[in-house]
Amino acid sequence: MPQIKTPAELETLRSEILASRDPDKPCITLCSGSACHASGSSDVAESLEQELEKQGLNQEVDIRRTGCHGFCERGPIIVIFPQKICYLQVTAEDVPEIITKTIKEQGIVHRLLCDDPDMGDKIVHESEIPFYKHQTRLIFGSNAKIDPTSMEDYLAIGGYSALAKALGQMSDTEVLEEVKRSNLRGRGGGGFPAGRKWEGSRNAPDKTKYVIVNADEGDPGAYMDRSLLEGNPHSILEGLTIGAYAVGSHEGYVYVRQEYPLAVENLNIAIKTAEEYGFLGKNILGTGFDFEVKVHQGAGAFVCGESTALMTALEGRVGEPRPKYIRSNIKGLWDRPSVLNNVETWANVPLIINRGADWFSQYGTEKSKGTKIFSLVGKIVNTGLVEVPMGMTLKDIIFKIGGGIPNGKQFKAVQTGGPSGGCIPESLLDLEVGFDELTKAGSMMGSGGMIVMDEDTCMVDVARYFIEFLTDESCGKCVPCREGLRQMLKILNRITKGRGREGDIELLEELSETAMEAALCALGKSAPNPFLSTLRYFREEYEAHIRDKRCPALACREMISFYIDPDKCRACMICMRKCPAGAVIGAKKTIHVIDQEKCTRCGTCFEVCPSRFSAVAKISGEPVPADLPRDQRTIIKKRQKNE
Amino acid sequence: MNEILLHIDHREVKARQGMTVLEAAISADIVIPTLCHHEKLEPYGGCRLCTVEVASNGRSKLVAACVYPVEENLVVRTRTDKVDRIRKMILELLLAHAPDAFDLQQLAKEYGADKNRFEKETSFCIHCGLCVRYCAEVKQKHAVGFVDRGTHKEISFVPSIAAEECWQCRECFPLCPTEALQAAYVLSTALFAGNIKKEE
Repeated sequence: MPQIKTPAELETLRSEILASRDPDKPCITLCSGSACHASGSSDVAESLEQELEKQGLNQEVDIRRTGCHGFCERGPIIVIFPQKICYLQVTAEDVPEIITKTIKEQGIVHRLLCDDPDMGDKIVHESEIPFYKHQTRLIFGSNAKIDPTSMEDYLAIGGYSALAKALGQMSDTEVLEEVKRSNLRGRGGGGFPAGRKWEGSRNAPDKTKYVIVNADEGDPGAYMDRSLLEGNPHSILEGLTIGAYAVGSHEGYVYVRQEYPLAVENLNIAIKTAEEYGFLGKNILGTGFDFEVKVHQGAGAFVCGESTALMTALEGRVGEPRPKYIRSNIKGLWDRPSVLNNVETWANVPLIINRGADWFSQYGTEKSKGTKIFSLVGKIVNTGLVEVPMGMTLKDIIFKIGGGIPNGKQFKAVQTGGPSGGCIPESLLDLEVGFDELTKAGSMMGSGGMIVMDEDTCMVDVARYFIEFLTDESCGKCVPCREGLRQMLKILNRITKGRGREGDIELLEELSETAMEAALCALGKSAPNPFLSTLRYFREEYEAHIRDKRCPALACREMISFYIDPDKCRACMICMRKCPAGAVIGAKKTIHVIDQEKCTRCGTCFEVCPSRFSAVAKISGEPVPADLPRDQRTIIKKRQKNE
Repeated sequence: MNEILLHIDHREVKARQGMTVLEAAISADIVIPTLCHHEKLEPYGGCRLCTVEVASNGRSKLVAACVYPVEENLVVRTRTDKVDRIRKMILELLLAHAPDAFDLQQLAKEYGADKNRFEKETSFCIHCGLCVRYCAEVKQKHAVGFVDRGTHKEISFVPSIAAEECWQCRECFPLCPTEALQAAYVLSTALFAGNIKKEE
């Protein structure tokens, strides 16, 4: 591939690519993101190739292995073009039928279609599935259209046209002004206006400046940055290069966590091809602008997502935050002005340049513009990645897109913003999602994690879980975080084990104040949030644990007991056989009882007891009723009784 | 050059551009307690005991005096209720690890810190990093470093370097705010391990 030397040459090449593609030629796209990969997408791909060859169709049909489509709950996903027929949860065994029915006979394999929960019908097209229908997929939508390793695919959907426009038709200040005017705010957590951050770096006197992609996504359950990097790496490189031009930087870094091997692989391929095409390197598109990008892999520390720790790690030192009273965009990597933005923030930039700040800011709320990708996980019917305009209510995201709570359970809370975020209760479900709205509710946007919890979730245990995560991930440099979290975790562990004491809540509040006010970095300062937000909305659960030694959600293992109701037990012996601890005592026609000494409270008996009996009860905060005396445990059938 | 005027505890203090609030305070004989600060070392900002309240542009916030740069007209308060409360908590957290350390006990008296507030986990080390940073920055030997992170973080001598350098130097021992014995103990086990290796 000869280098593209002018923006005009790029457009010529794009026209050639488009002309060489027949829009009516059947194309089978297969989601090959990490989640679908785990659910067998590679086997499906192999089977597709074999089957097409077997049926002599390999010349007439294209296969495209794309990045994540977002509907991970129902992957692997196949979309067949040009009709856009969408099949869900496809296995290798389904492939011959798909090829025969849909490709050869133009028919539809009904059993692989998505069910319509409202109409009781089947849905043929991806865009009509409720999960997708209510989304606005400006950033994430391209994932489904391209093979992330193919430059031609990216060019075919208009790739690098924003770069050509920025470098060819706009001055660096015009680019900066456009981004500033769009009010794009950082998608990584803080929500700082990207344009203002860029401007600070641009105006800093030091000539050497850096632009950096923060791809150290580490929040439990969050994987949107991963999916963007894996599925559309060029969009991030394009955004980064445009940012570099606006700031006056010639060197960029992508800090990506080591746990994302496919992202690293696809990113490296993208950088190499972009260099070959002349989108990176010296004299980009003949405009005289030079820019190169290097990939740096993290070593597994959550704190390295914090800006100063990330930069310290990039410098080759232990990834610990440093005191930051001068912003990184003035004095960052190697003490030079450094613009650090998150993956999703950079991916927004080409759109803003191509379509303008006015177009961009029509999406969203007054202070939060554009869309945001959330990873919707936990107790939710449709697990996956969703992109919605800022300002959509939590209720719409969880119920309209997410399909609500599975198994007929009640919604309890949604945890947003990663470990340092907070839990939002049902009473606030009408909250419009935006940076400031979430902060006001005691949580935060963070990078966009959304963990849905149902009635069986104990909020004290949730706080304990996140504090444990943060304790484990604390770098240990400053006392309020290292020692404060250590003590907070000890107290929360005690409370969830039924050994809470009067005064624990107050002590936790005091430790929280010390961390929030005196910790060194943003991680430490926000670390008490899981506790504070659950206390704010679910105080009665803390009090029940401490005062009544009762877990209202019946979740904390050491505070619950299982008990077999003698009036309901039919002595079916299922629980007895399944109990891994051998704690169920019983026999045929003999009412079962649980040996509380042996019971490990694993809940197996509760789960396996047939629903027509529902004889096993979970109790907390009250003594277990005494067992029936042995001589009264024999079940006498009614018929026998009557005789 | 570039003289800056700020206020610390209602006193006017003159400082130079680039100084920290702690340095300005020391120059005016105003005491701000510290544990991880050392004049020969780069500011670290780890113990947070030097937390003070600053107000500039009408907004007040808590900052670490050892790393916060002086600004014109900055108003610093070194002893507010909140500052004292936080220092007390920091001391109580550290006393769980080094209940008998002299420096900590003196400070505990001043701030009313209860050394029994948290369950004891005596480990001596309070992770001030003075030994680690002194060895790296002043001696440039890197014979002692931190290993692991968070609550598992501890100091550790590198046996091969320690065997060559440490017995002649030992300048880090008196820097330790808790127990110099701790450093000596960790060092001797490191040397012991090093010797075993050599013999093998």
